[in-house]
Parts: sequence; structure tokens; C-alpha cells
Amino acid sequence: MTNLLEIQGLNTFYGESHILRDVDLSVKSGEMVCLIGRNGVGKTTLLKSLIGLLRPRSGSMAFDGAQLERQPPHQRARAGIGYVPQGREIIPQLTVEENLLLGMEALPGGLARHRHIDPFVYELFPILQEFLPRKGGDLSGGQQQQLAIARALLGKPKLLLLDEPTEGIQPNIVQDIEAAVRRIIADTGIGVLLVEQHLHFVRQAERYYAMQRGGIVASGSTSELSQAVVDQFLSV
Amino acid sequence: MQLLLESLFNGVAIGSVLLMAALGLAIVFGLMGVINLAHGELIMLGAYTTYVVQLIFKLPALQPVYNAYVLVALPLAFIVSGVVGILLERTVIRRLYGNPLETLLATWGVSLILQQFVRSVPLAHAAGLILALVLGFGLPLLLPSSLLAGPRARLVRAGSWAISALGGVLLAGGLASQITRIARATSRNVDVTAPKWMRGGIEFIDITFPVPRLVIIVITIVAVVGVTWFLNKSVWGMRIRAVTQNRSMSDCLGIPTDTVDVLTFGIGSGLAGVAGVAVSLLGSVGPNVGGSYIVGCFMVVVLGGVGNLLGTVLASFAIGMLTDLIGAGRLLTIWPDMPAPLAGAVNFFATTSMAQVMVFALIVVFLQFRPAGLFPQKGRMVEA
Repeated sequence: MTNLLEIQGLNTFYGESHILRDVDLSVKSGEMVCLIGRNGVGKTTLLKSLIGLLRPRSGSMAFDGAQLERQPPHQRARAGIGYVPQGREIIPQLTVEENLLLGMEALPGGLARHRHIDPFVYELFPILQEFLPRKGGDLSGGQQQQLAIARALLGKPKLLLLDEPTEGIQPNIVQDIEAAVRRIIADTGIGVLLVEQHLHFVRQAERYYAMQRGGIVASGSTSELSQAVVDQFLSV
Repeated sequence: MQLLLESLFNGVAIGSVLLMAALGLAIVFGLMGVINLAHGELIMLGAYTTYVVQLIFKLPALQPVYNAYVLVALPLAFIVSGVVGILLERTVIRRLYGNPLETLLATWGVSLILQQFVRSVPLAHAAGLILALVLGFGLPLLLPSSLLAGPRARLVRAGSWAISALGGVLLAGGLASQITRIARATSRNVDVTAPKWMRGGIEFIDITFPVPRLVIIVITIVAVVGVTWFLNKSVWGMRIRAVTQNRSMSDCLGIPTDTVDVLTFGIGSGLAGVAGVAVSLLGSVGPNVGGSYIVGCFMVVVLGGVGNLLGTVLASFAIGMLTDLIGAGRLLTIWPDMPAPLAGAVNFFATTSMAQVMVFALIVVFLQFRPAGLFPQKGRMVEA
């Protein structure tokens, strides 16, 4: 099976500081891949390079059979990359409903053709239906995280980028989010690239990549994830 | 009762001119955070558009429908100022997002250029140039996208610009030969004469309501309702709100932020053009007409709370009422036997320009206590 996402030799800089060093990584459809590593090693930078918020200096990224060159983020979103950033980034003064509607901008035709929110997101996250008329900025962190994931899913992405979805969130919501992500993969067969610190969630993934100082230093199947690797790369 | 009504009407009339002028700025400055000092000149372009339209309607062919020229001028002024605004965004402001001081300087320069432009370019030629721009930007939107993305895309684009240029030259030549008054450049002020139905006033319980003022109030109400609907209910309105609140995330969701910027700026500038029509009905039109409104516009937007449309509406009416209250010396009418020194002070400020001084002083004092205006932005977004 061909890879949904294939990254080769990716180098990204913040100004003069070299963040990503020759990163190689791949994700298949229907597969959850987890990126682990301590804070500040470049995991978020990698996701931002993928969605197009940062421009890599060298290397190649192929998504769904086409090269990602210099497309701005909105074109990549329309091509099928869903992004759930660290810190959720809910549009604060828009209602929950409007935030969800904006998720459908990534569909062909955008909002103008899609005004109906697919109720499967309420099955995944029932709380959202209750809070539809509330301002997105007034939700709690966990609710915002659920909203951010639901919003990304409404765009029917082929690849979902999740940046620390369980960071600073109460345990029962962490379980909801884990269950939701697993169910999405089983139902829709999309690929997921996850950045995560919770060991429990990491174990749900099929494969892992471990990062250190901007490079991939270890990778393999999560079933073979040894205690030594966990101690070295997860901060828990 | 009569006094109250009259003073209320005057306040609303002054306020609605301010509001109309500030509405576009409330969008450009309030939502996008762009300090556009050329906003006054976009108002001026709207006023000149009204003047040119009026002269065109004086041609023998259009003489019978002369009275309707204002209705034609309104959408035209919107388009003219909107297109100039879009050109300004694409060429200058786009490169300066996030640099407020540079934007301020650059747009001030643009405002000087525009002022000199109407002085030294014959209005007929200006009209032709603007038609060429409108067509040049507009034609590609009408063509099927297959033609624009095809192998001959460059040829198609060049062709559409060539047709636009030809249209512009034809219009310029036609206008210059038919209407001698706009065939030559002039820096003198020009006057727009109101059509017959807009002259005079309507008598109502012993008060005369001047019709032009009433028309401006109606235009303002329509514009405010329209803008509110557009921002809150339409698809593009939702996109605009999303982009103004979180640009990079909106981009990641699939919203074309470039297009949103152009549209937002175009609408804000177009509203300045509509304000220009209103301004032209009140007094003579000259290259400096924009300068006299720009300070008031910024005052209204800042006083109302940046990014808050309701605040802009209330602030302009508050300023309007206050200006009328002070400028017409109404305190003396309400309280005729006030002590002499106080009466002297009231009289001193009872002129239009001194009333403005007083209002601005009051605003400065008010902003000391509420620096974010009447309705500051609240909630978690403020820290973001």
C-alpha cells in the first residue's frame, strides 16, 4: 500500500535556528502514527511545516500522491489535511455552531454548499450539541479540544494532524478523545499523525517515531515500545 | 417637546453623516486593524463620483430621468471607492500587515496622491481610468475558470485587460467631448445640486426636516442594517469574522485569507464611497473634503470600541447629539437665566468649530477613564 504521507529529508528553520534536521516519516491510510519526544524537539514544528504555516528550507513532502510545494495552508486543508493545533485555536467570538460550520470550509465548494453539520460529531462529542449557541471562547479547555477535533473532522480530511490533544485536559475527557480518534480511524480509514505525551494514548497507535533535537532517532511498532524508549522520550 | 424633537433630529442628522463616514473605517480599522489614513480620500472619490454622475444625467439623452441620479450614484460610488480600495490593498497595504506605523505613513502618502490626482487629472479621464480598473478586476470573475487556468491563461488575462483599457479610453474620450466641465483638470471645489425632490423640507409639528438630511439618515440605516446582516448572516461574513479573530487557524481550516482580505477592504472602502454621496449632498466637493472627515471617523471608531459595530453606531449618535447640544447653545434655551459667566462660556462654544473642539476634549477625557472605548472586547480572546 502506498503511503498517504511521505516526508523525506525535511529541514525547517525558525529564522537562523535549525529546528528540523533531515526528517523522514510516513503515514498510511487507516493508520495512527505517533510522534513522541520531549518538549522543544520540533514535533509541533513538523506539524506546522505539514499544514503550511512554516515553510521548510529543503526536503520533500508528498501527500496523497502529489508534492506539497508552496501551497498556503488553506489549499492544503482543501486537499485533505485536517489540523488540530496545540492550544485548540477555537475562533473565540464565534459560536460553537459557527466554529463547526467553518470546519466544512475544507470541503469542495466550502461553506456556501455545506450548511448542515453532520450529526456524527454529536455522537462522538455529545457535549457540543448542548453548547451550540455558546461562544467558542467560553468553553472549557476540554470542550474546546473536542470542538477542535470535531471541526477538523467535518472537513472530511484524509490525514488528521493532532498536536497534543490531551495536554492539560481532565482524564475522563482524555478517554472520550482517545475513543473518538480510534473510532474515526476504524470508520473512515483516514491516517492520523499524533503528537502525544500520554503513554496510554501512544500505545493506541500502530507505529511511533521518536524525535530528539529535531531529528528522528528511533521508530518502530508501538507494541515493541520498550521501557527504555518510553523513559527517554516521554516526559511522564 | 418641540425643542427636544428638533435637537434629537439634528443630533441624529449630524450623527448619521459621521456614522456613514465611519462605517467603512469600522470595518477596515476595527476588524482588520489597518490604519487607513486614505479613508477620507475614498470618501472624496465617492463625492466626485456623484458629481460626475450628476453631470452625465444632465446630458440631453438622460435629462428626463435626471431626478434619479442619486440612486445611480450610490452603487457607482460604492464600486469606484471599493475598486480603488482594493487596488490600494493589493499594492500597498498587503505588504504592510502587522506594521501599523508603516501602514499609517504609506496610506497618508496615498491620501496625498489621491488629493493631487483629482486636482491634476481631468475627471473625465479619471472616470475612464476607474472604468478600466473595474473591468480589469471584474472581467476575470465573469470568465469561466477553465479559460483562466487553461494553457492560454496569460493571453486571456492580457486580453481582458486590453479590453478594459479600451473601454476606459472610450469612456474618457466620450465624457471629455460631451461634458466640457470635466474635460479639464481643476482644483476648485465643485457643487452637486440636489435633484428637485430632495430640495426643501418636510413640515411636521412646526419643525422643518430638511429632505437631504432625511435621505442621509435613510441611507445610513440601510447601510448599517446591510453591513450587520452581511457580517452576521452571510457566508463571507462568517469567514471575515473568523479571519479577523484568528488568521492562521482560519487559513488552516481552508478559508482563503487573501480573498477575505480583499473583500473586507473592498467593502470598507466601498462604504466610504457611499458616505461620499452623502457628503456631496451637504456641501461643496473639493480635494480636501476627505481631510475634514477622517479625524471624526477615527474618533467614532475608537470611542465606540475598536471592532464593535454597535459601539460605532452609538458613538456617532452620541457625538452628533453632543455637537448639536453644544454647537447650537441649547443649554441656554433650556435654562435661560443661568449665571452670566456660565452663559458666556456656553455662548463661546456655540459655534460649529468650537463645538467640535469641546466634543474632542470631552472624548479625550472619556478615553482617560475608558481607554478601550464604550464597548471593549471581552473574554478569553483578548489575551490571544
